[in-house]
Amino acid sequence: MATTEEIRASLADIVNEVAGIPADDVQLDKSFVDDLDVDSLSMVEVVVAAEEKFDVKIPDDEVKNLKTVGDAVAFIERQLS
Amino acid sequence: MGILEGKRILVAGVTMDSSIGFAVARTAQEQGATVVISNFGRALGITRRIAGRLPEPAPVIELDVSDDEHLATLGDRLREHVDGLDGLVHSIAYGNPETVLGGGFLGAPWADVAQAVQVSGYSLAAVTEAVLPMLSRGSSVVGMTFDATVAWPAYNWMGVAKASLESTARYLARDLGAQGIRVNLVAAGPLQTLAAKAIPGFEQLEGMWAERSPLGWDHQDTGPTARSVVGLLSDFFPATTGEIVHVDGGYHAMGA
Ligand SMILES: NC(=O)c1ccc[n+]([C@@H]2O[C@H](COP(=O)([O-])OP(=O)(O)OC[C@H]3O[C@@H](n4cnc5c(N)ncnc54)[C@H](O)[C@@H]3O)[C@@H](O)[C@H]2O)c1
Repeated sequence: MATTEEIRASLADIVNEVAGIPADDVQLDKSFVDDLDVDSLSMVEVVVAAEEKFDVKIPDDEVKNLKTVGDAVAFIERQLS
Repeated sequence: MGILEGKRILVAGVTMDSSIGFAVARTAQEQGATVVISNFGRALGITRRIAGRLPEPAPVIELDVSDDEHLATLGDRLREHVDGLDGLVHSIAYGNPETVLGGGFLGAPWADVAQAVQVSGYSLAAVTEAVLPMLSRGSSVVGMTFDATVAWPAYNWMGVAKASLESTARYLARDLGAQGIRVNLVAAGPLQTLAAKAIPGFEQLEGMWAERSPLGWDHQDTGPTARSVVGLLSDFFPATTGEIVHVDGGYHAMGA
């Protein structure tokens, strides 16, 4: 079972790969749009990559609720449990 | 044995697994085709990941239909994967959602209208021309329209662009008929893809479509549309060209 920190770190790698944002900036309290400048197209790619990486399904309607890195990590944790 | 056995197909315009083009690529593979998919710009990264969700891995190539260089080199880049082409699927449209879609019709700047017409209409001719040397007798070109004979809520200048697409398809059908190449369009009902969600107010259509269509309509299911495109790509419509096949639950035939 992956820990919260492991999920955050993997997600940070994805955000880095997709949007070029330093992985260390991708912390739980950061907003994708306001703090990290992840636009909607990059967000779609982050979601697709996260689905592959964690083997979860993140429905479109859910994506708009994932405002912060913490929201996304918590959603993935719930799917994995 | 599938109805596309041995056929080589380019599906242009695949971003997500919700894309109509994705469903076409999947169904074409299931029917025996070798499929190459394409997309443009930053969305290409998404396409490369999504290609892994097809039944078989498909090569992904870059094609921005408004880039002359991409069009000029398309044939050579396709030949790295296939030695000819039996089918071209054009599943591409773009209009600036802030100016040419949603809200009122008047006020859209010409540059944005021109872009919508170029990417969504003219490009059917541009891409067909680019791959023409790879096509042969029996090849089939299929594009995607949204019935442009009437005005719709929110669709605005994309409706005008679709009218240009529909006319372009007829002229291509006229000029390519002698070479035995068919050109047809599928007029689909509303489907919840990325492109559709970007149209402010387009969701108004979904409820009324399901209600009025004699067969009903599921705006989440790209399957019926994809199967019909594959039908047109196959040898089962050998004498059909310049046609618009409605895949809309029968909505277009009802008065109310
Ligand atoms: N979704 C609907 O309700 C609906 C209904 C009828 C017809 N259509 C048509 O189906 C086709 C596919 O759309 P979709 O609904 O699957 O949405 P989509 O967003 O999944 O697909 C549209 C594709 O066009 C591509 N594209 C945009 N500009 C481009 C350019 N300059 N060069 C190359 N590619 C470009 C996008 O990257 C995307 O892959 C479009 O022609 C659309 O108008 C859609």
